[in-house]
Amino acid sequence: MPTMASNRAIPAPQVDPTNKPYFDAAREGRLLIGRCKDTGRYFWYPRGCSPFTLSNNVELVQAKGTGTIYTYTVMRTKEPYCVAYVELDEGVRVFTNIVDCDLDTVRIGQRVKVVFKPTQGDGPPATMFTPA
Amino acid sequence: MSINGKAYIVGAFEHPIRKADDKSVAQLHAEVAYGALQDAGLSKDDIDGYFCTGAAPGLGPLNMADYLGLTKLRHFDSTDIGGSSYVMHVGHAAEAIALGLCDIALITLAGRPRAEAMATGTAPRSWGVNVPDDPFEIPYGRTVANAYAMVAMRHMHEFGTTSEQLAWIKVAASHHAQHNPHAMLPKVVTVEDVVNSPMISDPLHRLDCCVISDGGGALIVARPEIAKSLKRPLVKVRGHGEATKNQNAGYTDLTYSAAVWSGPRAFEEAGVKPSDIQYASIYDSFTITVLVQLEDLGFCKKGEGGKFVADGNLISGVGKLPFNTDGGGLCNNHPANRGGMTKVIEAVRQLRGEAHPKVQVPNCTLALAHGTGGLLGTRHGSATVILERE
Repeated sequence: MPTMASNRAIPAPQVDPTNKPYFDAAREGRLLIGRCKDTGRYFWYPRGCSPFTLSNNVELVQAKGTGTIYTYTVMRTKEPYCVAYVELDEGVRVFTNIVDCDLDTVRIGQRVKVVFKPTQGDGPPATMFTPA
Repeated sequence: MSINGKAYIVGAFEHPIRKADDKSVAQLHAEVAYGALQDAGLSKDDIDGYFCTGAAPGLGPLNMADYLGLTKLRHFDSTDIGGSSYVMHVGHAAEAIALGLCDIALITLAGRPRAEAMATGTAPRSWGVNVPDDPFEIPYGRTVANAYAMVAMRHMHEFGTTSEQLAWIKVAASHHAQHNPHAMLPKVVTVEDVVNSPMISDPLHRLDCCVISDGGGALIVARPEIAKSLKRPLVKVRGHGEATKNQNAGYTDLTYSAAVWSGPRAFEEAGVKPSDIQYASIYDSFTITVLVQLEDLGFCKKGEGGKFVADGNLISGVGKLPFNTDGGGLCNNHPANRGGMTKVIEAVRQLRGEAHPKVQVPNCTLALAHGTGGLLGTRHGSATVILERE
């Protein structure tokens, strides 16, 4: 019997002055990732400093929104859900959920694409992934 | 500076309670502190160093020092790296003693998550407010269980590790727990029992997870001259290492833990190698935790942990590396959701020759205790100590 992703209530992420541009873009359906302007390297999760140089010479850039499942697990709670790290095509591994599919068919190496899911209250959407 | 030989563990006490309906967390701290002092043959006012973590009620060490009546303190440390903190505190206490900052250090842990009906592993939890990674993980239902399960899933993918191999870790722990009258799960289980138990977070079953228990423990660490004036067997601190591992800016690799750094630091300071270790206390929040740490500490090669733990290799008297002879967190006790304290305590019992006779390692003179705190799949701390019976 398939395990369909549940419509569990998703807690709203805590928006702060530094991460606000990321979540504003999510409301517009765009997935941004951090980029260090000193080294040109992408990083995850978005933050106000470069994890490579510690300078604040950083920016947010739009990701393609596609990637590959690096690892995953299905939480077998009353409302089952799939937690995963997705390796974006830009190279960074993002902590996320795999949704809108039979969770028993999820596999490492599977191609996925971003989807935006509403969160509780007036929170910005969560960036999740579904089989491409 | 090396701490090798500069300090000794002179007192150790594990609270026998597993469900503390009628005791506060502070009272549990007091009871384990008293127990460790009795064990050492010391009294409260001998203590001039105190170590605890964020699991202790209050602001750092302040409220517990007040509650316990510790009035002679000249050194304290509440560094918190989760369940591995107490292994690290042994190292920090030895460093402080070596520097002359204190003579006799007390380390305490206590908690009552079971009495409070806490969903330790399966409910999303934050470590505090303004934590910068929370907005990128809490909405996705990050829990303790799934953060370890993803490590297991990747290990299976890369190295062919099986659920049956992981189950052997629980089986070994249960063989030890049957001799521990305080163990929460004293029944011997089989590989089939483990793999047929309900799935919690693929590929981890219920019996791949540690228990949720109340209680705590305490340790007393002292200067060599003091240790030698007491009546207990001498357990010397030979080496210590600590490390953290994080998501590496989004380039995380879940196949290894921070033990790849804390382990070699401890071994180098002690001047010994993994094959010299006669008994190992290995953090066992989940079976996968044990497997990854055994590889990273050098007891076997990376990727060969599954083969190493199979067929009873961790069972005392049967296999090559007796581990967690009290039953560990998997079967005995995981007080306050933090297993580092009991790891050190069982290593001390082994070195004193005071483990249960059925699991005592004959003539055990060199032991290791290792902890992982936080989440193996996101960010965690590691601490390793190497102890010797003198």
